[in-house]
Amino acid sequence: MTDVDHVRPVPDGAPQGAPSGGDSPQLADLLRRSALGDEGAFAAFYDATSARAYGLALRVVRNPAHAEEVTQEAYLDAWRSSTRFDPARGSAAGWLLTIVHRKAVDRVRSVEAASARDETWNRETAPIDHDQTSEAAQASLEAARVRNAVATLTDVQRRAVELTYFGGYTHTEVAALLDVPLGTAKTRIRDGLIRLRDLMGVAS
Amino acid sequence: MSDLHKLTGAYAMDALDELERARFERHLAQCDDCRAEVAELRETAALLSESVAVPPPASLRESVLSGISQVRPLAPEVATIPVPAPARPEQPAGRRAWAPFLVAAALAIFVGLGAMIVAPWADDDEVPRLTAAEQVLQAPDAEEVFLDLGESGRATVVRSKSQDKAVITTEDMVVAPEGKDYELWFMSPEEEFVAAGLMPDAADQTVVLDGSAAEAIAVGITVEPEGGSKQPTTDPIALFDLTEAT
Repeated sequence: MTDVDHVRPVPDGAPQGAPSGGDSPQLADLLRRSALGDEGAFAAFYDATSARAYGLALRVVRNPAHAEEVTQEAYLDAWRSSTRFDPARGSAAGWLLTIVHRKAVDRVRSVEAASARDETWNRETAPIDHDQTSEAAQASLEAARVRNAVATLTDVQRRAVELTYFGGYTHTEVAALLDVPLGTAKTRIRDGLIRLRDLMGVAS
Repeated sequence: MSDLHKLTGAYAMDALDELERARFERHLAQCDDCRAEVAELRETAALLSESVAVPPPASLRESVLSGISQVRPLAPEVATIPVPAPARPEQPAGRRAWAPFLVAAALAIFVGLGAMIVAPWADDDEVPRLTAAEQVLQAPDAEEVFLDLGESGRATVVRSKSQDKAVITTEDMVVAPEGKDYELWFMSPEEEFVAAGLMPDAADQTVVLDGSAAEAIAVGITVEPEGGSKQPTTDPIALFDLTEAT
């Protein structure tokens, strides 16, 4: 990683030590102001979320240049559709990361469709390679909490969730990769996520 | 619990292909439980990104901020905008997504063709001139492939080698997702996709594909970002195997 000196700024007024929350009303407020055309508010929103957004994109698409493109597109989309963000329906970070993930997955699938299948080989041989990015991953309490929750999943649940979310595979592909019936893959993806939801106290 | 309800997790993590997603979204439009669950599972999935956070290069910030200064946020949604099309009865999901499309059946049915035959510019005392589409559809060597896309509609590709053109007709085709277009492709004998134009957003239509059709071995439809792509960026939602055409 070349930008180790880059420190993620804490958003305006955020309580110390709680910059990560998707949860934070500050983020929702920044988006609300963005929707009114406030570029400064959007910059603050970017600063508060970009490590997660870029890290997620990087994890899914793997190629740093692609990850940057994906992240940039996602933020542009977020800016454009900030008027459509509804805090009653979810957190601002969750909303953004949904956009990032969708774009990252689209990218990884289209790269695969366009180029040969060498990417598939890479992904298949190292489907759950945490270490590639985690050295640079930011240590945070929230991250530790997430890891602890993931560690309580059954092996199949964990792999199904990770192949889906970080691998960008479809549930059909996950079933093939894990050599389980499609119905099983579908169920493991869902009950793995539900378990994480309950452990991490996510409520709508 | 129907099969569709179990797709909340896969949907929340973008693990459905385009057609499954379209079906599930129709289901979502009428299932409060699934909507609530999807919202929670998306939040949950987003938390997973905590464990992979990496600060982006500083240059990305500049790119993003200069990018946003050139577009305004979209107009807000107002109440008069209709929500996703009325859902139809559920269909079990989960069959292998592409399988139905790869099987070419030859059951072409053309509806509404008669209405198009009188071209507005035709002289009164002349046999009505045929539109480009009609010329293909009525060519003596016209061959066709029909695909039933289930809830997504039905489509037929007709190709005339002598005319070097192909036409696609659709019935009840679901509209492309917001911000996306259906793009048409010819597949060359080398199995390369060659762009053949965009499909207008209409359920029932007849479109002449751009480009040379005589050599094509298949016609595909993909879902592309608005305005189309030079190369397909997604797997085809439908593939018409012209080698099976009758």
